[in-house]
Amino acid sequence: MVIVRSPKDLLAGLLFIAAGIAAIAIAANYTLGTAARMGPGYFPRMLGMLLIVLGAILAARSLRLTGPPLPGWKWRPVLVTLGSVVMFGLIVNRVGLVISTILLIVMASAASHEFRLRDAVISGIALAALAVGVFVIGLKLQIGIWPGAH
Amino acid sequence: MDLLANLAVGFGVALTPVNLLYALIGVVLGTLIGVLPGIGPVATIAMLLPTTYALQPVSALIMLSGIYYGAQYGGSTTSILINMPGESSSVVTCLDGHQMARKGQAGAALTVAALASFFAGTVATILVAAVATPLSELALKFGPAEYFSLMILGLIGAVVLAHGSLLKAVGMIILGLLLGIVGTDVNSGVARFAFGIPELTDGIGVVTVAMGLFGFAEIISNLESTEKRQMVSTKIKGFWLTKEQFRKAWPAVLRGTGLGSVLGVLPGGGAMLSAFASYTIEKKVADDPSEFGKGAIQGVAGPESANNAGAQTSFIPLLTLGIPENAVMALMVGAMTIHNIQPGPQVMTSNPSLFWGLIASMWIGNLMLVVLNLPLIGMWIKLLQVPYRLLYPAILLFCSIGVYSINNNNTDIMLTVLFGLLGVVFVKLECEPAPLLLGFVLGPMMEENLRRALLLSRGDPTVFFTRPLSLVMLLMAAGLVLLIVLPNFRKTREVAFHEE
Repeated sequence: MVIVRSPKDLLAGLLFIAAGIAAIAIAANYTLGTAARMGPGYFPRMLGMLLIVLGAILAARSLRLTGPPLPGWKWRPVLVTLGSVVMFGLIVNRVGLVISTILLIVMASAASHEFRLRDAVISGIALAALAVGVFVIGLKLQIGIWPGAH
Repeated sequence: MDLLANLAVGFGVALTPVNLLYALIGVVLGTLIGVLPGIGPVATIAMLLPTTYALQPVSALIMLSGIYYGAQYGGSTTSILINMPGESSSVVTCLDGHQMARKGQAGAALTVAALASFFAGTVATILVAAVATPLSELALKFGPAEYFSLMILGLIGAVVLAHGSLLKAVGMIILGLLLGIVGTDVNSGVARFAFGIPELTDGIGVVTVAMGLFGFAEIISNLESTEKRQMVSTKIKGFWLTKEQFRKAWPAVLRGTGLGSVLGVLPGGGAMLSAFASYTIEKKVADDPSEFGKGAIQGVAGPESANNAGAQTSFIPLLTLGIPENAVMALMVGAMTIHNIQPGPQVMTSNPSLFWGLIASMWIGNLMLVVLNLPLIGMWIKLLQVPYRLLYPAILLFCSIGVYSINNNNTDIMLTVLFGLLGVVFVKLECEPAPLLLGFVLGPMMEENLRRALLLSRGDPTVFFTRPLSLVMLLMAAGLVLLIVLPNFRKTREVAFHEE
């Protein structure tokens, strides 16, 4: 029976192998060429093979060397913070900087276990004013302030 | 003397009101993020990079580098006062700096940190100016084979001197190289790894990668830890050093400066490594090593001078060879590229005012820091009382606006989120993101030089061994790899990064 002693190394190794295989598979569509006249496929293919070898060593080693266990994975901070950024990206060119800022701040704040709605709204309004001042007026970035203004 | 004439040009550029202003903004911002835990110079520089499009290139670089060395000053403040390193390079300063503060010597600790940093910054700036010309001249003799070997040496060095698993770091470099070649191939016009997404044919931006892997992933990791930050504010009084303290501190400053200047130039080096190494050495040479950990002033003076010297001299490989050696320098490559400056030995001759202006601004920035730092400490402490639950959404917001403003479309935001997610996975698997960023920046350059070298040699790979300069660099790289295998060095390396 195979015993994994270092799960972090095993997963990292598998990740590298997967990335290497993907790189080689995609690069198979590009001309390989020769060493003297490298095509666009040459370098990626080389890197992909290196990555697979490395990943394999890492994964094999994880069965012998003992390492720390995998840490837990908390979904709330990951989903809420990244979700708030995705939302910001989707709406900012439609509703403008002010509304999207307030929404991002309130939503992102909810990722913390110390979330307080009132504080988040106040902070959102203050930061919206700051963002407009610094980025639109100060640095003259081309971002609309209000809905439809862009 | 040429050096003096060059520096005169530099000061002429750096002392214009506009550039003074940007140096000031840079160092104040740097101190700020140095004080605040949970956001480092990499994320901050990435955040501000897009906003520098409109600036003069030299102003942009002055501001961005100010952030890096400013962070070294700010990081020490929180280490001393509340035993919390604002920056990874200030971790060692906590050990003795905070103990000094608890003994009522907070003022002295802050003074010695500031003065040590300033002294080191001055020496390192002169060093950068002095070696820049000969190194650039050497680099101009490099052909593609030499460049390729130099990059191999740089990447291997970055791995050997970095902390964490070697195999993983090499894997991260290769992943970075692969990500770096996303986009249109300059030789064939083929869009590689673009998945039919038009924005990807231009390649992935360095800001996108850095912001996701460093900025977003860091915030998420901080949110996962339920640890409460504790505030211990100490009354600060007595900024003057006693004679005894001064006597103990200055040799440590000299050693730290020397050590930091050397380690800063090495690939993978920079502020953090220098600080750790300096602490280890100070402990070894001290008359009474048992003082360490209980408020030894050498334990503050050494690492603080070393981290600042290291931060400064890590600009040398970037400015003279065009090779970044740590994550911050990788971003500086990005900053130069958006202003259409190809980093490399030719910058000094084609753009002397930018080159010497940047170097002169480093000394001016250090002067500003030492003058500003002590009076502003009260303000930084107040800022630290802002709870993280209010701070991180603001950081997320500025990151998002920064990324959005690169192309005014949301593809970049989605990509950054993707890298953020990947960054969290890397944190869980203990894979350091810094080597990935280095590989990412070097990817296109490496492929181009490999291609050219082999084209010139008609496909003969021995070209890397038959050209003397290239051979020397490959031998050095091999030597580094051998070092790692030696059990003795391995042990020292582990100790150096676990000095706690």
